[in-house]
Amino acid sequence: MSFESKTMNQPVITVEDLGKRYVIGHQRFRGDGIRHIMEAAVRAPFQWLRSCRERKRLQKEEFWALKGVSFEVNQGDVVGIIGRNGAGKSTLLKLLSRITEPTTGRIHMRGRVASLLEVGTGFHSELTGRENIFLNGAILGMGKAEIKAKFDEIVAFSEIEKFLDTPVKRYSSGMYVRLAFSVAAHLDPEILIVDEVLSVGDVAFQKKCLGKMDEARRRSRTVLFVSHNLTAVENFCSRGIVLDQGRMVFNGTCKKAIQQYLQGLRGVQAAAQAEIIDLSTTAGRPARYRSQLKRLRLLDGEDRPLGGNLPAGGSLKGIIHVDLEAPATHVDVELGFYTLSGERICTAHSAYEPSRTYRRLEGQQVFLCEIPSLPLLPGEYKINVGLDINLSEADCVDDAARLTVLQSDYYGTGIIPVKGVFLLNSRWTEAVEGARLVLPSIASDSRHPSP
Amino acid sequence: MHELTIEAGKTERQYWKDLWQYRELFYFLAWRDLLVRYKQTIVGVAWSVMRPLLMMFVLTVVFGKFGKLPSGGVPYPILVFCGMLPWQFFSTALTECGNSLVNNGNLISKVYFPRLVVPASSVITSFVDFAISAVFLIPLMIWYRFVPPATIAWLPLFVLMAFAASFGVGLWVAALMVEYRDFRFIVPFVVQFGLYLSPVGFVSSVVPERFRLLYSVNPIVGIIDGFRWCLLGGQHGIYWPSLGLSLAWIIVLLASGIWYFRRTERTFADVI
Repeated sequence: MSFESKTMNQPVITVEDLGKRYVIGHQRFRGDGIRHIMEAAVRAPFQWLRSCRERKRLQKEEFWALKGVSFEVNQGDVVGIIGRNGAGKSTLLKLLSRITEPTTGRIHMRGRVASLLEVGTGFHSELTGRENIFLNGAILGMGKAEIKAKFDEIVAFSEIEKFLDTPVKRYSSGMYVRLAFSVAAHLDPEILIVDEVLSVGDVAFQKKCLGKMDEARRRSRTVLFVSHNLTAVENFCSRGIVLDQGRMVFNGTCKKAIQQYLQGLRGVQAAAQAEIIDLSTTAGRPARYRSQLKRLRLLDGEDRPLGGNLPAGGSLKGIIHVDLEAPATHVDVELGFYTLSGERICTAHSAYEPSRTYRRLEGQQVFLCEIPSLPLLPGEYKINVGLDINLSEADCVDDAARLTVLQSDYYGTGIIPVKGVFLLNSRWTEAVEGARLVLPSIASDSRHPSP
Repeated sequence: MHELTIEAGKTERQYWKDLWQYRELFYFLAWRDLLVRYKQTIVGVAWSVMRPLLMMFVLTVVFGKFGKLPSGGVPYPILVFCGMLPWQFFSTALTECGNSLVNNGNLISKVYFPRLVVPASSVITSFVDFAISAVFLIPLMIWYRFVPPATIAWLPLFVLMAFAASFGVGLWVAALMVEYRDFRFIVPFVVQFGLYLSPVGFVSSVVPERFRLLYSVNPIVGIIDGFRWCLLGGQHGIYWPSLGLSLAWIIVLLASGIWYFRRTERTFADVI
């Protein structure tokens, strides 16, 4: 008994002075097309030669994705790990789940660990649902006997009984995610490491997943949970760890961690309200990207600097300076609008422009985005800037700018709209009971001249 | 209670324990590759017999009919097929094993397991193919009314050698491929040339005596000779220096392959 209580009090996870260093190579692609192509062709087989020849151009830079992190987690703790993009959350999870080795420090864990960094890792699209349950289970660390024992439960949870013998490539994305999460949910480890996987599936399924996580908590399993969604962290976690630029800046109760995180963001906010926002050195960029997005300017409808404030329904202009690393034909830029708790509300993407044509671009480019009327209710929002090259994300800056939408008489009624997130145009009339309801068409509405 | 300590550079002992713990994954990954390989094909597994069969036909015509090379009293198709078997095993295993890590990149960057499982199960997959096509040797021998000698008992030894050679070279290529994708182009090249450099379509006694030892630097030479000695016997005596050299080579390749793989493995997730 005394032994048991002793082990109960021992921390389940002990992390001491954990650090991970990456060496990143900087290279520049400049010059005309043919030279670039030839260079690329020669580049690979003579990689070693190049490194001799171009030592001056190719600078190797050390980068600590995580440094000097120490903490302890007790059994039954549900720990939320929060921080901006590039703060080192993913690196911490990768180290804890042994995907990569730490450069310094040590981790001690007691109990069976399962990590869920992605839903459906190892799913093979050619295999059937049944086959994938076994494969995925084995990859996540379950034995064949264990999977067999839980098979029916997994299938019931995923609600895909009918399609069990269909290759998953014919599944809808919702079915795919449901099946994948079901396998993971039945792992039942002592320590569970989860990375932002709750944000998948439809609402009903998300609820089911949260229920499953809650069950883990009730059975006093230890959970480490990374999310950008502060609401989920607040609801779910008992403790919080805040990371910033590879260092742990807070470790304590969940509520305080969120406060700390939001306070840290406010410091960034002051800088983000400057007229020209420098995107090249910002902390909001995931570590895997090199800066191609350089500057952002936000202007109001009359081309005046925005200063962080915009009346509800006002018009907004974004000017984004890009410096492309390599010439490309398909370059797109986006502005994403987020709530402070990290939910994306809407996106202005250059690919949504119907008259958009693509041509080969290289070097410095400027993109102009005009939003005639930003349909957001008063409140604070984050803007994130993204760059897509050849249809995949090539750079992004999270929380590049803050936007305070001010109260305004958008509808021209003298009433300030405050409920919800969006401004919605609607038309109302009163109808006499029994009479046929005749509504004017919204298209012919002339109350709001379009800006 | 299961305890685990992760410390920079100190994972060696844990590793072999993990490998045992994840032993079922060998089976599952090999099973997946086999299942996937013949999905949406009409003849399915028959392909693993048809490939060496068609190859045998071509090589018999080229070397036996046009080249009129000696066969040592054995029907030429059988001679070719006995060389074809280990060669096909080696070449497919090398190709699959070499690509295995890169093809499973999503696994490696998202979940932990001893990485050695991935190349090992791709060799196992190729081995199953090899076993299936080897069965075809029986009707072939019946057709030509050829009775294999008693030396056939030694065959498992050479199969093991072929396995070790493919795995050893495969490990090197797989680990190098993670960082240098150049090997994606080098491997098909080596496999294509190897077919003609190795004694697949001819017997290695065709090679002049003084070059024989030099020729045996190719580890496959010893294996193919061994296969022919086991299955055909008679005039296909073993050239012992060649076999010894092959054996030594294979041991070096396998040991160094495991060493290099283990050394680079810890950074796979960062570079892949």
